[in-house]
Amino acid sequence: MVPSVDERGSGDEPMSGIPQDNSECLCDHCGLVVPMGLFESGEERQFCCNGCKTVYRVLRSAGLEGFYSVRDAVDPSPMRAASTGGAYEELDDPAFQKSLVRALPGGEVEVELLLEGMHCAACVWLIERLPRVAEGVVESRANIRRRTVCVRYRPDKIQLSKVAQKLDRLGYAVHPARGGEAREIRLREDRRFLVRVAVAGALAGNVMLLAIALYEGEHSGMSPFWQTTLRWYSMVLGILVLLGPGRLFYRGAIASLRTRTAHLDLPIALALTAGGVWGAMNTVRGTGEIYFDSLAVLVFLLLVGRWVQHRQQRSASDSVELMLTLTPTSATVIDDQGQSRRVPIESVEVGMIVAVGAGESVPADGEVSEGETELDVSLLTGESRPIVVGAGDRVTAGATNLRSPIRVCVQAVGESTRVGKLMELIAQASAQRTEIVRFADRVAGRFVIVVVVLAMGTFVYWNIAEGIGIGIEHATALLIVTCPCALGLATPMAMSVAMGRAASAGMLVKSAAAIEVLAKPGTMILDKTGTITEGRARVAVVLGDTRIHEMAAAIEKHCTHPIAHALVDSCDTDLVASQINQTIGQGVQGVVDGVFVKIGSPEFVLKDTESNDAERWVDEVIALGHTPVVASAQGIGVCVFGIGDQIREGVVESIKELIAGGWDVRICSGDHPEIVRRIGNAVGVEIAEGGVSPEGKAALVARLKSDEYARTVAMVGDGVNDAAALAAADVGIAVHGGAEASLEAADVYLADMGVFPLVRLVKLSSKTMRTIRLAFVISLSYNTIAAVLAMTGVVNALMAAVLMPISSLSVVALCVRSWREDV
Amino acid sequence: MSVILIMIPVALMLAGLGVLAFIVAAKGGQFDDLDTPALRAVFDDDEPMPKNEQHSEEPENEDE
Repeated sequence: MVPSVDERGSGDEPMSGIPQDNSECLCDHCGLVVPMGLFESGEERQFCCNGCKTVYRVLRSAGLEGFYSVRDAVDPSPMRAASTGGAYEELDDPAFQKSLVRALPGGEVEVELLLEGMHCAACVWLIERLPRVAEGVVESRANIRRRTVCVRYRPDKIQLSKVAQKLDRLGYAVHPARGGEAREIRLREDRRFLVRVAVAGALAGNVMLLAIALYEGEHSGMSPFWQTTLRWYSMVLGILVLLGPGRLFYRGAIASLRTRTAHLDLPIALALTAGGVWGAMNTVRGTGEIYFDSLAVLVFLLLVGRWVQHRQQRSASDSVELMLTLTPTSATVIDDQGQSRRVPIESVEVGMIVAVGAGESVPADGEVSEGETELDVSLLTGESRPIVVGAGDRVTAGATNLRSPIRVCVQAVGESTRVGKLMELIAQASAQRTEIVRFADRVAGRFVIVVVVLAMGTFVYWNIAEGIGIGIEHATALLIVTCPCALGLATPMAMSVAMGRAASAGMLVKSAAAIEVLAKPGTMILDKTGTITEGRARVAVVLGDTRIHEMAAAIEKHCTHPIAHALVDSCDTDLVASQINQTIGQGVQGVVDGVFVKIGSPEFVLKDTESNDAERWVDEVIALGHTPVVASAQGIGVCVFGIGDQIREGVVESIKELIAGGWDVRICSGDHPEIVRRIGNAVGVEIAEGGVSPEGKAALVARLKSDEYARTVAMVGDGVNDAAALAAADVGIAVHGGAEASLEAADVYLADMGVFPLVRLVKLSSKTMRTIRLAFVISLSYNTIAAVLAMTGVVNALMAAVLMPISSLSVVALCVRSWREDV
Repeated sequence: MSVILIMIPVALMLAGLGVLAFIVAAKGGQFDDLDTPALRAVFDDDEPMPKNEQHSEEPENEDE
């Protein structure tokens, strides 16, 4: 139930504390602390922001307060509401709708939308009650795994933008689900896979029933007529398994023969063929073993293993796909009449004028035609300091506008932008990435040779000793009994267990090969901005009067610059500033408590203030490697702040652990070499290179991978500037908050902050590989014993039937056991 | 005993029907989402709409 407000603090202590300390009063919607300024005394419900208040009102007016009881029952932890307040006009664009909306009979249409922030049962409950909030919506079905909602609505009653607005006001930011066709294809593929498993399972079950009758009949003296009948039935069902669901292995085997690479499908297909052919011959002849029961169960078990792995991989890539869609899909275009219009990004053309507000990102490459501002280009270049642009300056797509609105004359869109070219580089690097030869396949390669040689030896020996019939029989028995069933199960099972564990710890693994590479130490290249450091400015040193610090924070509250944020975050203040006046690229001035205060670069502030202290402090801050910012208050004095990019918590320990584990850790960043070297020293990394371009990073990875060094390279980064290197590396790891390009290029996405998950991932990987090796040892020992028995002619049908499932079962048990243990 | 000659095809046909039903269900998308339906089970039935506060058309306008 919604907790009553009575138990919480009342508003009797006006403005006595700063908002963060006011932990008594929590928002009734999201559970965050209510800032003092928004506290409404006398109101029964309190909200931390207008967004929460709106959501609450929407819910109440529709009689959906039950949301709170469901939420409190399943997940009482506070969650930030993500309402953006956007108008979503671009969704109504006809061109956009054509690719998005599907018409249904009866005048209804269906659309799939991605939602940010859907995470629990209460969310599902609320989203599926959309028809009660938005008239015209017929049905709304959520999918929690993929974070999507499928909305069926009547376009004559409600516009898509209105539907999106409603969802947004409920606290779920809406994004159109792009790439619908590719998803449709994948969905069909998933269904086909499932059907394959089901058919194999049903057939295998029935063959086993017949097999039980046959085995039992052998002891109790079944009449030859019945034996023959049951054997024929088994053959029909067995051949159906081989030709139906079993085709998958033949396809793999043929592909591996064509490319002359070892693949586990090859020995499996060999055993299936040998067993199938010999079994069919024996059925026709009426004597000897028919094998179809073992073959059918074998196909079924192998398919189950692959399906489980397939599902894990799919869910990881689905989550990453969601991140990919969280990028601006629209731009504000100014037409000839000076009217502004929101349009989808696809319809922006060269020569158009687009408006970029503060906090928005630039949609295309171009030239600033109007306005002056500062841009954050760290995503693109790794440079941590913002750059100043004015009319006539070139800007690149992907940069974030920090200060004031600008207009940009578009010169390049889509693929011809710098970002677009980088993306091309990524595509190239991904295509060139050499598929590492999987451990299982390496083993399989030798396995095939050994088994074939043994089978030939067995055939020749028994052929001479007992005649051709016995020779074929024993050779075939050998091929079947040594079929690498457990081998084929071990890898997918252990990998999917590992991926599942990783996902629950916030690491999304897109390709199983990543786990194999990370299991062995190699070179790990870390990006600085956003990976080792937080990627945003923080106040590291304060020299001088603390009162000025407070005054500075009061003024900077009115600014959107990263340094302003840093100053505000570093100091809580109740002071109120007025007469704010910003000078782009230099600083800001204002009046606090009647005192004139000036904050900015040393040149800007100190040109009309004489202070020896200040100059000394500025030098001190520079020596520490921070960016100096000076504040002067008239009649009080000066204060110097050192602004730096803070190193993330726990990074030093994590890196130490990686180095101890045998990894060669390096830093490679696009930021200023001096800053990078200093960070390298701080975290204990010897090789720290700065000023490296995105192309340079990819080249470095390629050089380390080349014959000269021949190392496996793991690249960890977050920005577009790292993306090409991520794609070029053996394993690319994108960290939390990364740019979409980096997510696309990476094999692993860390959903948690910092480098700590890396250590876990490395440990998990080596543990998984240990499990797989152990499983291999077990199954190979089974196969060896079975092979010896088969070669000597001792193995009989019953023995083979018992040995095969035991080896598979022990492998599955081993993998599941590793699930329970902690990493 | 000869009844088995009829019963085996009948049993196989029944199994075939089961597989067919599964294929139809899978193609219809019933196994596409295996997580959300599990959550739906915990929901109570909806309460009726409050009478006094009928569907205010634009609740978000209140704050604009």
